[in-house]
This record gives sequence, C-alpha cells and structure tokens, in this order.
Amino acid sequence: MDNPVLLVENLHVRGGGREILRGIDLSIGRGEVHAIMGPNGSGKSTLARVLAGHPEYEVTAGSVHYKGQDLLAMDPETRAREGLFMAFQYPVEIPGVNNAYFLKGALNALRKHRGEEELDAMDFMTLVRERMKRLDIDESLMNRSVNEGFSGGEKKRNEIFQMAVLEPTLAILDETDSGLDIDALKIVAHGVNTMRSPERAMLLVTHYQRLLNYIVPDVVHVLTDGRIVRSGGKELALELEEKGYGWLEHVGCD
Amino acid sequence: MIQDLANREYRYGFVTDVEQESVPRGLNEEIVRLISAKKQEPAWLLDWRLKAFRTWLTMKEPAWANIKYGPIDYQNIIYYSAPKRRPALQSLDEVDPEIRRTFDKLGIPLDEQKLLSGVAVDAVFDSVSVATTFKEKLASLGIIFGSFSDAVQQHPDLVRRYLGTVVPYSDNFFATLNSAVFSDGSFAYIPKGVRCPMELSTYFRINARETGQFERTLIIAEDGASVSYLEGCTAPMRDEHQLHAAVVELVALDNATIKYSTVQNWYPGDKDGKGGIYNFVTKRGTCLGVNSKITWTQVETGSAITWKYPGCILQGDHSVGEFYSVATTNNWQQADTGTKMIHLGRNTRSTIVSKGISAGHGQNTYRGLVKIAKGASGARNYSQCDSLLIGDRCGAHTFPYLDIKNSTARVEHEASTSKIGEDQIFYCRQRGLSIEDAVNLIVSGFCKEVFRQLPMEFAVEAQKLLSVTLEGSVG
Repeated sequence: MDNPVLLVENLHVRGGGREILRGIDLSIGRGEVHAIMGPNGSGKSTLARVLAGHPEYEVTAGSVHYKGQDLLAMDPETRAREGLFMAFQYPVEIPGVNNAYFLKGALNALRKHRGEEELDAMDFMTLVRERMKRLDIDESLMNRSVNEGFSGGEKKRNEIFQMAVLEPTLAILDETDSGLDIDALKIVAHGVNTMRSPERAMLLVTHYQRLLNYIVPDVVHVLTDGRIVRSGGKELALELEEKGYGWLEHVGCD
Repeated sequence: MIQDLANREYRYGFVTDVEQESVPRGLNEEIVRLISAKKQEPAWLLDWRLKAFRTWLTMKEPAWANIKYGPIDYQNIIYYSAPKRRPALQSLDEVDPEIRRTFDKLGIPLDEQKLLSGVAVDAVFDSVSVATTFKEKLASLGIIFGSFSDAVQQHPDLVRRYLGTVVPYSDNFFATLNSAVFSDGSFAYIPKGVRCPMELSTYFRINARETGQFERTLIIAEDGASVSYLEGCTAPMRDEHQLHAAVVELVALDNATIKYSTVQNWYPGDKDGKGGIYNFVTKRGTCLGVNSKITWTQVETGSAITWKYPGCILQGDHSVGEFYSVATTNNWQQADTGTKMIHLGRNTRSTIVSKGISAGHGQNTYRGLVKIAKGASGARNYSQCDSLLIGDRCGAHTFPYLDIKNSTARVEHEASTSKIGEDQIFYCRQRGLSIEDAVNLIVSGFCKEVFRQLPMEFAVEAQKLLSVTLEGSVG
C-alpha cells in the first residue's frame, strides 16, 4: 500500500502565547478529500497554516510527514515547490503586481524545482486560458493586480484558479467558503471538483457544512479545542449540522 | 542567511589607476581662476564664476532638509581633477585604455559598434568628459551633443544665452558653489523641429580621492524639438564622504519635449554608514514655450545623502511638467527629495508621482512644492506620494507644500504609507517564491508607475539595481 501523502502524528503547536493544537493525528492518502470542521477558535486554520509553514507558529511536539519527507524541516517555499498548496482564507493583495506575472513566477519556481523547463509567456498564457475556461473564470482577472480591489468572491476564485494552474499534490483550502454567496460558492466548489483526481489529495478546512453539499469529502474530522474529537464519513458533517458542535464536545472529551 | 547578502559589496566600487592632474586642495578665487584657465574659458564665463564664488561666500549651507551629517570642510576638497595627458580627442580610439576599461567594466562600452543601438553616450570621468559617441551622426541633424567644455569653445553664444537662465548662479548654496567651480558635464541642443532619433546619455564616474564632482548640464530643445536624455553614475568605495554638487538646466521652447531620466547609483557607504557620496543636486527645467513639456524621471538608489528636487517652471501656456521618482534608502542612507512645480502660464498641468522605499535604518523624505501663480488660471496638479517601509528601524516622511494664488486651480494630493507585510511575503513564499524574489516583486509592483516612464533597457537596469540595493533588507 502507498504511503499517505500527509501523515500528522501527535502535533502540538503554540502561537500567540498559548497552545493551540494539542496532539493532532491525521493521515491523508493519495486522491482523498478530507474535511476538517470545527467551531471558531478550535485551531483548524492554525493547522492549515502550520502545514504551509507560517512563521508565527511554533511546533512543540509531534511530526508531519509529506510524501514521506519531514515537512517541518522545509521552509515554506520548498513546501510549495514540493506541491503543497494552500488556498488562503484571506488572500493577500500585492498592488502593482500583475496577476498573470505573479502566477507565471510561481509556476516557473515549481517547474525549476522539478527540473523542468520554465514556461515562456506564450505557453503560459495558453495554459492559463485553458484552465480559466475549465473553471469558468473570467479572463479579465489575469490583467489585474494580485487580489487588489478584488471582491471576496473574486479573491477566493483566484485562489482556486492558482491551484488549477499549479496542480498541487496536496491542496489545503482554508475556509475557502467563508464570506461567499451561494453562486460564488458553487463556482468555487465546481473548481475544486474539477481538480479532484487520484493524484491529488485535498484538505478542506471549514466551519460550515454547506460547502460539503457541493464538495463531497471521503473523510470528515471534527476539531475542537486543538484536538480531533471525531472522524467519520461524509454523513458526520450532516449530523453535525443537525446537532451542532456542542454535541461533540460531550462525546469527544474523555 | 539573508544577512550575508546584505553585506554583498557595491559592484562599482573599484578604483581606476590613471595619472591625475589636480588643482591644489581648497577653494578661493585663485582656484576658480585656475579651473577657468585650464579650460581656456572666455572672460565672460570667468566673470560669471567669480560672481558666483563671491555670492557663495555670503551664503550658508541650508539646514532645513530632513538629513543628518557631519560638517563638510569645503577647504579640504579638491575641486578639479582630470586624467593627465588629456588629448584633444580626434576619435574614440584615443581614449586612455585604462579609462576605457573602466567604462567597459561599468557596462558602458565606448565603441560605437558595441553600444546599444540608439543610445549616444557622453562619458565623464572625474572632472572632464572623456568621450562622446555618435557625435557625427547627430551633427548631421544639427543636434549638438557633447561635453559642456567643448560647447563653451564651439558654441559660446548658445551657452552664454542659456547658462544660468533656469538655475541662476545665486540660486542656492550648492548650485552657487557649482557655478563657481563646475568642471564638465553634458551639453545638448536640439534644433527646431528635430526629434532626436536616439537616447542621449551621460555616464558620470567619480574616481579620484578627496575630489568633489561638480558637473553642469544644459539641454535646450528648440521649437517643436524633442529629446530623451539619460544619466547614470557610480563611484569607487571610499571611507571618506565625497561631495557631488551638480546643476542641470533644461529649456523647452514652443511645443518642445524634454524627457530627462536619472539612474543614480553613487556609492552609498557601507552597511555601518561609513563613506558614501553626499549628493546635493539642483535640477530644474523651464517650459518656456507654449505646449512644451518636461518630464523628470529619477531612480535614486545610491549616495549616503541625496538632496535633490528636480523641478519645472511652467511658464508657457498649456505647458506640462511631470516628476516620477523612486528613491530607496537602505542601511544608513538618507534621502530628502521631491520636486517643485511652479505654474506661471495658463492651463499648465503637472503630475507628481513619488515612491519612497526605506529599509534598514534608511530615512526617506518626500518634499514637494506646488506653486500656482496668480496668472496661472486653469492650472492643474496631481500629486501622489507613496512610502513603503521594510522592517521597523527605517522612516518615511512627507512634506508637501502648496502655494495657490489662483482660485481656478485644481490641486490634488494623495499619500500613502505601507509596510511590506509578513503576510505578503508568506503569501508569495507559499506560491514557491523565495524571500528575495517576494520582496523584489512587491517593490517592483510598488514602483511600477515610475519604471513605466523609463526607456525599456533602463527600466530593466533600474529594477535590477533596486533589487541589489534592497538585498538583505528582509530576513
């Protein structure tokens, strides 16, 4: 059997002067889509950011292996070049930097790392147009500055679009559904579903079950107070929707 | 790991070993006469220098700028230095091979065949111009381009008519000092109706120790003429500070256009603030004619201290003045720079776009004056001043002055200060970019409106220069 793409064992993380993650165990196999659900402040976004290598957190115990390698030993750009992608909860604006130019730089950094030839502007634009079409994303997005003046929905779509171009091995979507109206949510979900493949694992971090109406996960985990208190199939999300997080706090705690 | 890069040496800091001929150290009337005599100047020019010198003696060094530096000992500077055996050059082949190698090393080949097509270069080494390329080709169009000294000899009427008309000899402490002791610089004259077919460029190099560089540039565009001019500059790394006090005057007649671009890369001093050039420069253009236009674009990355305010006097009706600036200060560099837009004519327009980037302990000040005279009805100005901070030990300051005497004027000012955020850098890294690439990307986005104004090859150079200047500023 294949090694899991991501193997998290007993992960403890501190940030902002307190312990946020208190022993996470998680294993995601090739092609699997996992959802992490939890109330505000449960640590689910922290988990996403720690996996991406955000410098403001300190790992105090545990290990993370990604494709069999020690993920925590890699700097954020190496993780990205190795195919780990995070769709940000709050995508950052970079004024004056053209969206296409930025993405071309990112793609070529990945290609270079893999020993592939860098794409020139022509080949890059061909690829971009094909992906935009596939995801129903408007081409005008490419001519604007990175996230600058984008609506909330446009920012999230841009994240999914970047994912489609960079074709990660592991995609982490940090509350990609937050702040989206139902139409925007459908577009984003369509993008994610289009990207689903046996070659790609995904980790969806979400507060609400509604995203999981459109993206059906293989496994659902519930995170409260820095621990995964329950894991199950997609029906767990529905149960949670019905009963609320309070229900699990009782069940989950020892 | 990033800190190592910060200590990377200034690439242009080498010294050329040529025999130099200098005047004695210090400044007095004799020195002024000696410089004038060395250059075999006509009496009127010597008189002009002497008037400037006497005025200078009554002046005080300005103290209003937001910069700090120790006292400058004006008697401890050598005011004129030139490579010895200066021949009357008949062709470029006669340039001293050592000097030629210097310019090659700087990426400024003096071989016409090797030059970027479409750029004519005047090379100034310490106090004198050592070579000018494409002189003949330009002459066939009636364009005069060469050293200021040659222009004094060959076109004295033109020089006499315009010298000091934009920046009078009594203008300010540093301009007045320059008027007394200026050595060389460039002169360009574009006759009526001629669009200069190539970029004109001057490359300034300070080489000698303990000398100041005081060049003077004069550019005149006659009715309907247009020209794009570029200057670049470097200096060796030396522990002591060296003074550079230049003056540039531009004159644009009816419907004429002058575009003046600077990529300033004087030695900035080391990471502890030791050494570096003191850059006190006066640059001004007059839009004398109707519909004339002057555009200043500057990328200021070098010098320990930069003090310059390239301005436009918008005298002709419907004339246009523009100022686009990127100024970076890293380590202990200080810059107090901006512009003056003086609206005198009717329906005159000006645009100011200033981008200040501070890193390390750098201090960056924008200082700008927009003056709208009583008669300047329908005048318009738009100013935008943005500051970018990298790290938390640097500073950005903005001093916009408005002086509006006409009620029909429209003046807009926008300003912003931002910090390169950890979040921006992390976002870029999460997409696979290194920290350095992330900073360069963010900075180039910030400077985009200014770089767009530079001729293509120079925009690329400027961008590279900026990334070298800011190397190691984040980590």
